[in-house]
Amino acid sequence: MDWGALHTVLGGVNKHSTSIGKIWLTVLFIFRIMILVVAAEKVWGDEQDDFVCNTLQPGCKNVCYDHFFPISHIRLWALQLIFVSTPALLVAMHVAYRRHEKKRQFRKGDQKCEYKDIEEIRRQRFHIDGSLWWTYTSSIFFRLVFEAVFMYAFYFMYDGFRMPRLMKCSAWPCPNIVDCFVSRPTEKTVFTIFMIAVSSICILLNVAELCYLLAKFFLRRSKKAGNPKHHPNHENKEETKQNEMNELISDSCQNTVIGFTS
Amino acid sequence: MSWGFLRDLLSGVNKYSTGIGRIWVAVVFVFRLLVYIAAAENIWKYEHDEFECNIKQPGCENVCFDHFFPVSHIRLWALQLIVVSAPSLLVVFHVAYRENREKHHNQKLYRSPGERNGGLLCTYLISLILKTGFEIVFLVLFYKLYNGFKVPHLVKCDVRPCPNTVDCYISKPTEKMIFLYFLVATSCLCIVLNLSELSYLLFKYSLKCYLTRHIKKHQ
Repeated sequence: MDWGALHTVLGGVNKHSTSIGKIWLTVLFIFRIMILVVAAEKVWGDEQDDFVCNTLQPGCKNVCYDHFFPISHIRLWALQLIFVSTPALLVAMHVAYRRHEKKRQFRKGDQKCEYKDIEEIRRQRFHIDGSLWWTYTSSIFFRLVFEAVFMYAFYFMYDGFRMPRLMKCSAWPCPNIVDCFVSRPTEKTVFTIFMIAVSSICILLNVAELCYLLAKFFLRRSKKAGNPKHHPNHENKEETKQNEMNELISDSCQNTVIGFTS
Repeated sequence: MSWGFLRDLLSGVNKYSTGIGRIWVAVVFVFRLLVYIAAAENIWKYEHDEFECNIKQPGCENVCFDHFFPVSHIRLWALQLIVVSAPSLLVVFHVAYRENREKHHNQKLYRSPGERNGGLLCTYLISLILKTGFEIVFLVLFYKLYNGFKVPHLVKCDVRPCPNTVDCYISKPTEKMIFLYFLVATSCLCIVLNLSELSYLLFKYSLKCYLTRHIKKHQ
């Protein structure tokens, strides 16, 4: 299991997302996960080796490093990305459950089932309505919460987003106040600010998507209340066109959701 | 052979699992395997190099490290992941055995080889019990080997050839402790999921048995 496998799973969810959701996913993979794997990991790769303290006292460097970096930036980012991607799995499971139900209906020979074969069910894009709407909206809400929590944790743990060049350490067994020098502080600051900026963009996208879903929900309700007769075929045709456009706009993601469809 | 093999194995098992079983697979993939590969492995990568003792005596650092870390946390973690996923193989083998039997007899012996009834249900329940058992064994092992789940930043060592009691400093103890707690939390979550799945299956099938018997009595 690695980031590639996560990409495959989330790519499957992409099909059922809104346009903003697809943009969010693209930003997540290109500007966060890819940057983390390709660049950031190398910047923090030698962090403890090149963390140098102005003392020969054995153990002082270890203790000072542990004191200033209780958990490394890179690990915190990896955890943030994992937690932020997890709510999308809820949507994947819900979609898989719906597909499973439709397949069961189809196999029973239900007259209400409008699909011609199993392959069509597999390829079907579900509209975000009913219980799927609630799952999708809660997943966006949880994403927002996790992003905010991790941003705050970063700010709290490292007193802002700047990486200082020099840290003064007086933890035992360091004999006095000892100067400790961080490796590549400017590069680390640049990447930290970049990751925070992209995190903020993702928060904005999530907020926009949440507002869009809520607006759509209330609009639909007021339409139904005002106009009891609605034309499902016409709505479906318009939505299908929008879906096709969305498919063209988004990245080519694989069609399968690992293991969640039977 | 790498973690991809485990991923394929668990994806294969997913087909024959209940809903809770699939949640268990998702938790193992995302919160255990992915966290291990993406984050935890790198923390313990240079643990021996960065383990420092306040002494120049050659060999002292090596023996002290070996004394305090008979098996490294990260290796125990990897073993736990492999051992805990292994019982799922029983289910896969049983389904394969059923399919083979059908092929051998050249007729349909089962409604569906992957359907959870009869022998396959027993195999599934046994795999759940084994998974839970292994999780608990590893948690107890972790606790006993390292005196709890804390990682101290300083350990005092007086194993030969260290001349006296020597201070040895462990690298990144706080980060290691955070990830150990994360491991324990996800292990406990998996135990809870396994136990719920076990109770759900036992309840469902005993209810089914009871109702079938009840209907037969009245007929």
